[in-house]
Amino acid sequence: MAEKDVRLMKGNEVIAHAAIRYGCDGYFGYPITPQSEVMETLMEEKPWETTGMVVLQAESEVSSINMVYGGASTGKRVMTSSSSPGLSLMAEGLSYLAGAELPCLVLNCQRGGPGLGTIQPSQADYFQACKGGGHGDYHLIVLAPNSVQEMNDHVALGFDLAFKYRNPAMILADGTIGQMMEKVELAPQRPRKTDEEIRQECGGWAAHGKGDRENYNIITSLELKSEVMEQNNIRLQAKYRAIEENEVRYEEILCDDAEYIIVAFGSSARICAATVEMAREQGLKVGLLRPITLYPFPSKAIAALADRGVKGFLSAELNAGQMVEDVRLAVNGKAPVEHYGRQGGMIFAPDEVLNALKEKLIK
Amino acid sequence: MAMAEVEIKQENLVYARPCLLTDNVMHYCPGCSHGTVHNLVAEVIAEMGLEGKTVGISPVGCSVFAYNYIKVDWVQAAHGRALAAATAIKRLHPNNMVFTYQGDGDMSAIGTAETIHAAARGENVVTIYINNAIYGMTGGQMAPTTLLGMKTATTPYGRDPRLNGYPYKIAEMMAHLTGATYITRQSVHTPANIRKAKKAIRTAFENAMAGNGFSMVEIVSTCNSGWKLSPVAANKWLEENLLPFYPLGDIKNETK
Amino acid sequence: MKETLIIAGFGGQGVLSMGKILAYSGMMQDYEVTWMPSYGPEMRGGTANVTVILSDKKISSPISHEYDTAIILNQQSLDSFEPKVKPGGVLIYDTNGITRHPVRTDISVYQIDATAECARMGQAKLFNTMILGGYLKVRPIVELEKVMIGLKKSLPERAWKMLPANEEAIKHGMEIIKQTK
Repeated sequence: MAEKDVRLMKGNEVIAHAAIRYGCDGYFGYPITPQSEVMETLMEEKPWETTGMVVLQAESEVSSINMVYGGASTGKRVMTSSSSPGLSLMAEGLSYLAGAELPCLVLNCQRGGPGLGTIQPSQADYFQACKGGGHGDYHLIVLAPNSVQEMNDHVALGFDLAFKYRNPAMILADGTIGQMMEKVELAPQRPRKTDEEIRQECGGWAAHGKGDRENYNIITSLELKSEVMEQNNIRLQAKYRAIEENEVRYEEILCDDAEYIIVAFGSSARICAATVEMAREQGLKVGLLRPITLYPFPSKAIAALADRGVKGFLSAELNAGQMVEDVRLAVNGKAPVEHYGRQGGMIFAPDEVLNALKEKLIK
Repeated sequence: MAMAEVEIKQENLVYARPCLLTDNVMHYCPGCSHGTVHNLVAEVIAEMGLEGKTVGISPVGCSVFAYNYIKVDWVQAAHGRALAAATAIKRLHPNNMVFTYQGDGDMSAIGTAETIHAAARGENVVTIYINNAIYGMTGGQMAPTTLLGMKTATTPYGRDPRLNGYPYKIAEMMAHLTGATYITRQSVHTPANIRKAKKAIRTAFENAMAGNGFSMVEIVSTCNSGWKLSPVAANKWLEENLLPFYPLGDIKNETK
Repeated sequence: MKETLIIAGFGGQGVLSMGKILAYSGMMQDYEVTWMPSYGPEMRGGTANVTVILSDKKISSPISHEYDTAIILNQQSLDSFEPKVKPGGVLIYDTNGITRHPVRTDISVYQIDATAECARMGQAKLFNTMILGGYLKVRPIVELEKVMIGLKKSLPERAWKMLPANEEAIKHGMEIIKQTK
């Protein structure tokens, strides 16, 4: 067996290496702090000379997401990355990708908003990522890595899920995960799919030139007949129900005997893992539930904890209270649900979260 | 008297329906230039044998449904973003023929950035640019190319530069870009012009397949509904009003 | 073993790369490591800092509000981070440009005049490894051999010819660091 390829890398750098090694066909991006290392690393690595991957700096995030739309239309594995303000510009494109049922991968390395805001880490784009962001009834598949290793792993997971469901997938990270360096084991290099393989796998829908096909393929989200458009929506919703049924991923830390549960994702979950350690040292039975998929949300796991008699849930997020709404829906009144957060690029410390838990719930 | 029965013989044929046009009835208004330009594009693709390799990108605008009429693979892009989508498709499939088909609103208003930058990068794609100086699909509003004094739904008293600014010629702008190697302006309001327009489209497609840079064929077109003119009157109005401001001919030709 | 360390100074002093060398060295010694920088345009010519954590267990939070050790390379950073050293912890600083010296008495304070020493040697580029040497003398958590591997891994190949000079700088830093409190 080949030796493991373990490196010390930033989360953003890993995204680039993971994309190349996954066999990604194209990256289209626009610089924005705190994620510019993704494209910088790709340009440094020159994958067009090795795997044949296309890397292009676009003139805007609007353009890069529409390049992704074009590339995805042909059945290729394409991606972009940006940070919060850039994602606002991409909202229309993401709606089109979801509407036309195109697979792709998008990284949002979040920073504090609203507006130009700050370049420091934040989780204030939870609503944007999980509740649409663009227009119309649609969902992205949303993954929330909490380590550099998961930044690596979620590239492959994101692409796999995106192609399984023909739906855009998002990695929702933040400045902390993107900028931090940690140990990471890189995946071995996989070959890119050949045009022939793509023709076989995606020939039923992808617009890469008709070739020998009888029919010609059209990628569109447009349907002016309301009766048909309703059916398109119903089909999308059925797909989302299947995703909710099959693709929920989460991690539980010391939840089995926990009387209080902290729910936290991404970088917050790292901090709250330390909160749990502190609480246990003080004899408090606190556990952590970390959603790995934010959409689909681990509602059933949270509901099961509420049913089991957990006395309270604290949703700890670097925002003014967004995921807490989904936690409340899952708990459904069976236990108190509170939120603790910092905003605008500020990050809470483990003891701060513990104090909030005591103040708001343990009392 | 009954019409003479004429046997259609291949050797007598001077014109046939392009084999790449579908049987769908076009939704375009009578007298609209789109139908003619679709014909020309379909003929050029067929004559160059590019049917299996071509990906068209349709815009938002009247020609959003271009994919219903020409039998090649199509991608319908967001408003103004056709050339972003085209860029990725061509870069990922360098042997394909990739073209966008866009109107004046799509390409030279909301999509100006994508248009200029695709040309500046010298993407090996073709844009067919339909300039009829008005927004057709949304009901006849002002376009960037609307002439001064011209009445539209949003310039009901005529385009006033103090209120609405001046019309601009994106083709001349793009001709300054090194990456753009073939920029031409044509029309399809007479049979002679149709022949010239077809030749220009062919030149553009050949330029793209040769990997020689960005090509654009602007077609100064009619919008009978938007202009509120009959087909014949619209052609006359085009000649008397649009062509003096948008003169026909090659603006830049660095094809090899 | 868990060491939570902050290195803070001006952009351009090699703060981030010193942290990276240490993180890589820790990794070579099978520690779990995290390296979390301050980032963004404020770093250009302004202050830069990096939090490095080395631990023999999985690291939960990569961010800390208090530190076992602080390596301080300018006055602003001293003002910011002296209060954040844990009681009983370590503060190492270069006296160059410092007008207000550390005042705490519940921590161990060390001086290393690496700026002056590098200027004397005409080797400004060895500044951060000299500081690193001083740190390793005080907190010998990573073996020198592992540091050299870490250094090699964190430098581009074109800079490998500088490895022996850096090793000497580390050793020299170990010699010139002195405890003041």
